[in-house]
Order: sequence, then structure tokens, then C-alpha cells
Amino acid sequence: MFWWRREGREQELERELRSHLELEAEEQGDLSAARRALGNQTRIMEEVRDAWGWIGLDQLFEDLRYALRTIRASPAFLSVAVLSLALGIGANTAIFALVNAVRLRNLPVPDPQELATIQIRGGNRGMGLSGDASQLTYPLFLQIRDHQQAFSGVLAWSSGGQTFLVGEGAQAHRVPGLLVSGNFFRTLRLSPAAGRLLTPEDDRPGCAAPGVVLSYGFWQTEFGGQSSAMGRRLTVEGHPHEIIGVAPVNFSGLEVGRNFDFALPICAQSNVLPAWEASPLRTDVYWLSILGRLKPGWSVAQASQHLQAISPPLMEATLPVGYAADSVERYRERSLEALPGGNGISPLRSQYDAALWLLLGITALVLFIACSNLANLMLARATARQREFAVRVALGAPRMRLVRQALCESLLLAAAGSALGLALSRLLSGAVARFLSTENNPLVLDLSMDARVLSFTAAVTIATCILFGVMPALRASRAEPMAAMKTGSRGLTADRERFSFQRVLVVLQIAVSLMLLVGAVLFVRSFRNLMTLDPGFRERGILVAWFDLSHPPLGYGASKRLERDILAEVRTLPHVESAATTTTVLIGGGAWSLGVHSGSTDWWARFTWVSPGHFSLLEIPILAGRDFDASDNGDFPKVAVVNETFVHRFFGNTNPIGRTFRSRTEPNYPETEYQIVGVTRDTRYFDLREPVDPMVYAPASQNPVAVLGSHLYIRSQAPPSVVIANIRRWLAVSHPGIPAEFRVFQTQIEDGLIRERLMAALSGFFGVLAALLATIGLYGVICYIMERRRNEIGIRLALGARPPKVVGLVMKEAAVLLIIGLGIGAACALALTPATTSLLFRLSANDPLTLVAAAGLLAAAVAVGSYLPARRASRLDPMTALRCE
Amino acid sequence: MTNESSDRIQLLQGTLDMLILRTLLFGPAHGHQIAKHIQRTTDDLLQVEHGSLYPALHRLERKRWIAARWEPAGKDLKREFKYYRLTPAGKKRLVAEESKWKQLTGAIARVMARAEEG
Repeated sequence: MFWWRREGREQELERELRSHLELEAEEQGDLSAARRALGNQTRIMEEVRDAWGWIGLDQLFEDLRYALRTIRASPAFLSVAVLSLALGIGANTAIFALVNAVRLRNLPVPDPQELATIQIRGGNRGMGLSGDASQLTYPLFLQIRDHQQAFSGVLAWSSGGQTFLVGEGAQAHRVPGLLVSGNFFRTLRLSPAAGRLLTPEDDRPGCAAPGVVLSYGFWQTEFGGQSSAMGRRLTVEGHPHEIIGVAPVNFSGLEVGRNFDFALPICAQSNVLPAWEASPLRTDVYWLSILGRLKPGWSVAQASQHLQAISPPLMEATLPVGYAADSVERYRERSLEALPGGNGISPLRSQYDAALWLLLGITALVLFIACSNLANLMLARATARQREFAVRVALGAPRMRLVRQALCESLLLAAAGSALGLALSRLLSGAVARFLSTENNPLVLDLSMDARVLSFTAAVTIATCILFGVMPALRASRAEPMAAMKTGSRGLTADRERFSFQRVLVVLQIAVSLMLLVGAVLFVRSFRNLMTLDPGFRERGILVAWFDLSHPPLGYGASKRLERDILAEVRTLPHVESAATTTTVLIGGGAWSLGVHSGSTDWWARFTWVSPGHFSLLEIPILAGRDFDASDNGDFPKVAVVNETFVHRFFGNTNPIGRTFRSRTEPNYPETEYQIVGVTRDTRYFDLREPVDPMVYAPASQNPVAVLGSHLYIRSQAPPSVVIANIRRWLAVSHPGIPAEFRVFQTQIEDGLIRERLMAALSGFFGVLAALLATIGLYGVICYIMERRRNEIGIRLALGARPPKVVGLVMKEAAVLLIIGLGIGAACALALTPATTSLLFRLSANDPLTLVAAAGLLAAAVAVGSYLPARRASRLDPMTALRCE
Repeated sequence: MTNESSDRIQLLQGTLDMLILRTLLFGPAHGHQIAKHIQRTTDDLLQVEHGSLYPALHRLERKRWIAARWEPAGKDLKREFKYYRLTPAGKKRLVAEESKWKQLTGAIARVMARAEEG
């Protein structure tokens, strides 16, 4: 029976009773006699309605209307309640939306659960060139594709967010693109939004100018979504490609956090990739991510076993060339594995997984505090309305009805809070995503509300409603008419039992706030440790420039000469104090390692080829020996400057100057003997968080390979924009056609600390918010208790108690709560913080200083929160307090 | 709203429900017919309060023991009445009610008979 059919039913009932009356009147010949026989029509209708079972629903609407009226009557309470709930629910939803986008959401392809990623067990580290540990080489991909039986299709794409120069002349700009195997779209079972998608026929080895598929977004922004774009040309790295189709609207690639603008078949690589990556047959360049679609009936575990079983011949067929024998042997022993791939791949996961789950826990605790505050407020309201409830019980209101009305209030508040919270969460999750997005590593996340996020919010709303609504509702229903009417609010002293639940809530709030504050202090200190960490070199006032020298490809000698010319010319430009080249920019600029042996020690080291002046520019002190100079340019001897860690590792405490070591052979890097001419102080290399590696610097002039581009450190006092403009002007005149890119060194380093900055900012924000909420909660409860003890305090004052004594009385009450709360909180914090260790830098999670600092902060806040009501109580005029009796 | 009156209604209710179901066993009927039928068959002994008939009818309808439809009366096609008829579930219910009723009256009769003897 539905309430919206009610009107029809009412009319029908009236009609039924009317026809009865008519018949009866015909029979008795008198309408009023018939009416008498029927009885009170209104009452009949009321009883029939009862039989329909609408009363319950009717009452529910009444209760909701009543709740709305009561809430609206106290707008201050309403706004505090809705705002704190909105903050809590909004924060939870925002972080969950991020977790969902990064971790939970499936790829927008049919049957994503059938997809599995294929990689080398334990990763590809220790050999060749790679972007990340899960990537494979093209020859290995071909082997897997042709020999596996577990998958109906195996696809590959160039992962890692590679960008390409698209367009011609001054219009050219870098956009993210993919090189994909021919079966990419077919294996994913995607259909085009326009035109057609790439097929295996497009990906033939040696294809000259294959067709290109655009992403839907790129098609919209660059071609206005016109179907006439099909057949037009897109110039990628100077080579025109015919546009053949558009990928589906919601498909943004297989990497979470990255998107793509176009996809070309892998066979186009020789045209669009730099030379070192361009050779498709190189067995030491790891640049493809591989995904397979399982055949029906195969599980990921079975596929993984199958891959392991077939690995040896595949590895044998793809042995890397030019490596030392033991490296090749290690390669032979590698095996493949399959992992679930339905939600794509993402470097974000390993980086932010722990952080995001932890943030979700933090926001849940903040919401808990907000809820307990609200529960306290509602309890206070319920107690204040004790008389009203008592009167209603006395008049015959069922207690369930009182509970229901109180719950309706909570429900309305929770619903309003979550509606506002949803809106807030959009802003917050977007802000966090923007926070994590850097210039070099743009983050594109789909944060739209899907069913999972909405059900999460609904569940959170219901949970909060129960958390803060049930106790006050039960309290309301317990109203004892006699007792409440007799004493009202005039008890001489407060009844201890009455406040016990509120006390427990305050203790819990203090405990939880302490945990959050400990977390906040830990993350802020960890971030500070990183920010103030001495990396061993100067990072301020330095610009990093990248000149692309790979188009057209130059020979060894020509590229060296061009790099030297550029360096010399840049040094003469205005505002440039000094400049130096390097093959690897420190911190975040990549890593290059070679095996090293000297005497009996066999290890590895980071290799960097730099120009003279590199060390003085970065202010890396030379501790012994000398810097490179112009004389270090012959074939012999090859010289090197090493760092302290290198010396320790290979030569112990002996003087290394003049001693030699040999590098292990790798493709293009033949085994070489180096003579040590200098020792530098230790510096960080790739990651500030990692310990110092053994490092070798060699002069750029003795770099065994041709340079494809040149990294320049440029030191200047002038603002970066001025320097960049200067260099671009000079470049356009002297070397037109060489693309250049610029970064501020310090920004690049700080961008690498974004996770720490995020954790410090958010945990600090939430920690302070939690402490604030807990203090407000305590303030409220103390005020409330004082209000109930007015008479008692009045009498005490009248009998001669001095105000400081009264203050002490109240503060003692707060202090007991604080100490119990701090005790519980400290125990929980000590038990839980080890989970944060992986996110901390040079800081133990059980750091006593952190605990003491957090407890001190909280105690100070609580002291302020309880002193205010205490002082007010001590200034009570005894006469006023007692007169209202 | 007092408890007393609701108790009394419930006591009547069970019996009234059975009487209605029993009446409808002979075929569909509208409210007035049902009232008159109960009145007639009990020789006006049981004066069914018309007012209590309709809540009972709607309650039975909600429990799906009876179903209702607006139909024109036999001869007069212009006037429509709400005709109630027994559903299969209602028939089952009637059988159960009847046996319960017989047990109850039988038991009461035995008690009363002993009382007379004594």
C-alpha cells in the first residue's frame, strides 16, 4: 500500500460508506436513521485508515516535521552540528574517493577482472635501462606473446608517462602519448568513439607512417570532436601520422594518475623515440608494460605458474648483449609472473597506498570526535528537555515514539551534514589531487562519484547517526515523569551517574585527539627532517636546463662539440654566474649505475659525467685531490672523482688518490680503468630519503657515449624567468631548432617530497582540528556540569569558599578526565604508530619527544577549555545562584 | 487511546472476522449485504455495528484474505458497489478459524456442563 495512492483510497472509502448509507436509507426510508445505524463516520474512517497501516508512516512524517521544527528552533546548534558533521563526512569521503581512484576502481574496459599484468618476478632491477621495475623489453614481450598459452591476448604499451612533441613549428608542444602493440585495443575489447582503433595490421615491423588514434579528450580539445578529423594528419616528433580513430570517452589509458592524448603502434618508435630507445630489438631497454587477458577458466595464479614454467627458453632467447658473463647468468635465472591487473597499474600505489589508508584512518577518527561532540550536545539537549519528555510520557506518549523523534533529529542532522560533506569532499579531493600534481608529473585522477563512493558516504552517515543519535534518544525515553517533574533542574548536587556517559565521551575524545596529534607531530617533524636535511650540495638559485640534441642524430664527436659549445656560450650570457653539464641531475633526475671492481671488492657505483666547474657550482667540497680541468680530455688516463662512501666501500681508510678501479662492461660502456684524482664530500643521489650511494664522477669529455641531450646546471641571482627568457632568445638565434626545457632545481627537489608535505599538511590540519573539537567538547561538558552544580557552588561560596578554591574544584574535574584520556591515548598511540614507520624519515614512531609534545599541546588546550567555565563558576553571585530556587 | 476499549474491539474482532469470511463463502457481497446477512441469519440477535464492519473488511483485505472490486449491482447497472469475495487464503483461514471456534465452544460447553452437574 503506497501513501501516494492515499487520496484515491480515501475517495473510494467515502464512496463505499455513502453507498451503504444510501442502501440503508432506502431500506429504512430515513437517512438520519441510517446514519445512526452506521455510527460516527469520522471514527469509522479513522479506524479504516488504521487498518490500512498508514498510521506508522504518517507518524514518521509527523516526527520528521517535528524534528525539523525543533532543530530549526536552535539555529546555533543546527549550524555547529551540520558543519562539524560536514567537515568529518566530507574529509572521509574525499580521502575515500582518492583511495577509490588510486586503488579500487577497475579499468573502464569490459571484464576487467580477466586482466593480469606480466612482469619479472622481483622486478627488472640491476640490468639495463628502465623506468620502473615492472617494465619489460620489446623482444621479451614478443617471446611472451608468441609462446604463452594462458591468455587470449597479451598487449604491451610504453608506460611511464612519456611525452612527445606534437604539432609543427612554434605550435609544437609536448603531450603524453602511448606506443601500443597492435592488439592493444582489441585485447581490451574497446570500441572506437569515432573512426577505427589500431589493429595488429597497423603494427607491422618497419611501418613507415602508421595511423594514430586520439584520446577522446584530445579529440575534443584539439579537433572540436569533429568527425572530419579522421584522415587529417597529426605531426608527432616531426613525422606526420594519419588520424584513423578516437578511443572511447572514458578510456584514459591503463595507468592510474596518467592519461594519454594519442596512441601510435609500437612500430612507429624509430620515428618518435630518442635513438637509445628506438631500436626495437634491444634486449636491455625496459620500456613496456605488459597486460594479458586470461583465457576462460584460467586464474591469475595458474597463469603465473604457467609463465614461470615457460620462462627459461624465453629468457634464453632474449639474452642481453654486451654485459659481463655473470650479469648474463643472472638474467637467465629470471622468471616471469602474473599479477591481478583489473585496476590497471600505477606508480601512485606503492607511493601513496600506505599514506592514503592512514589518512582515511585519521579522517575516521576526526569524524568520531565530531560525533562524540554532537552526542554530548544532544545529550545536553535531551537532559534540558527532560521535563518536556516527562510531560509527554505522563500524557500517554509511547516511549518508542520519543526515541523515534530523537532519532529523526539525528537523522536529519546526519543527512544535512553528509549532503554538505559530499560537496566539500569534491573540493577537498580535487585539492589533494592538485597538491600531488607537479609540473613534471601531472596527476590525472578520475574522482567522480561512483556507486562505491556514494555507498561509502551513506554508510558513514548512518554510522555517525547511530554514534551520536542513539544514546541521547535512549536518554530521552528514560524520562521518569514523577522524578523529572518533582526535582526538575534543581538538584543540589549533580548526580554522578547522569554524566558518566558524557565523561566517557570526553575521555575518548582526548585519547583520540592525542593519537591524532602524535601522528601530526610525527609527520611534521619527519617533513622538517627532510626539508632541513643537508643533501650535501647547494640547491638554491640554480636552474636546470635540458637541451635536446637528438634531432637530427649527431655522431660521437659532433655531439660532444655541440655540448661544449652550448656550455661555453651559456656561460657568457648575462645573469649567468656559472654553468656546468651533467649526465644525471641530482635528486629525481634519474639514476645510472655500473658495476665496479677494485682489488677484491666487487660492487657498483652511480656514474655521472660532468664538466669542470660542476663541484664548485653545486658547492660540493673536494676533500682531497682536485676537480677536473681542461687537461682531462685525452683517452688516457681516464680520471674520476669519487665520494666518501665510495672510498669507504672500496679502499677502507687508505688514501685513494692515485689508485684505480675498473667498471664492468655494459652495452656502449666498455670495461674501463679509472684513476682517482679527487674525493668529494658525500651527497644524496636520487632520493633524499635513501642512504648515500657510492658515486663516481668522470669528466664529460671522457664520456664513452654520444650525448643525446645536455643537462646544464645554471647558477644565477636573477629570477628564473629572466634567465630562461635570456637563454631562449640566445638559443633561437644561435641554435634554432634545438628544443630546450627548464626547471628550478630547488622546486624539482621539493616536488620529490610531496608525499611528506601532504602527510604533514593533512595530519597537522586534522590533528589540530581534532584537538580543537575535543577542547570544545570538554568545554561544553564542563560548562554543563557547572550549570547543574550552580546551587552547590553557590552554597559553597556563601559559606566562604574562596574563588581560587572553586576554580581548583572545577579544574580538578577536568584534570581527571584529561589524565585518563592521555593515558589511554598514549597507550593507543604507542600501539598504533609503528604502522606509520614506513612513511617517516629519520624518526622513530615511538619517539618520546613527540608523545610529550602532543600531550603538552593537548593539555594546554584542555586547560584553557576548562579554565573559562571554572572562572565563571567562581565568580558566581551566591545570592543569584540560590534565589532561583 | 485507552487500553480498555482496544481490548474489547480485539475480542469482537476475531469473531467478526470469522463471521465475515463465513458470509462470503456463499459468494461475493458488498458491505451492506454482509451486515444484513449476519443480522438475518442470527435472527437479529447479533446486531452488527455497521461502523465496525468496515475497518474489519479493510483489515481482511489488507491481509489478502478477501479481495474487493467495484461492480454494478445485479439489476441496476448505474450503481456500483464494492464487492468483496473470499480468496483461497481466506478460505484456509476460515477453516482454521472454524475449527478453533469449535474447540473453544466445545471446551466452554464441557466446562459449563460440569458446572451444572456439580
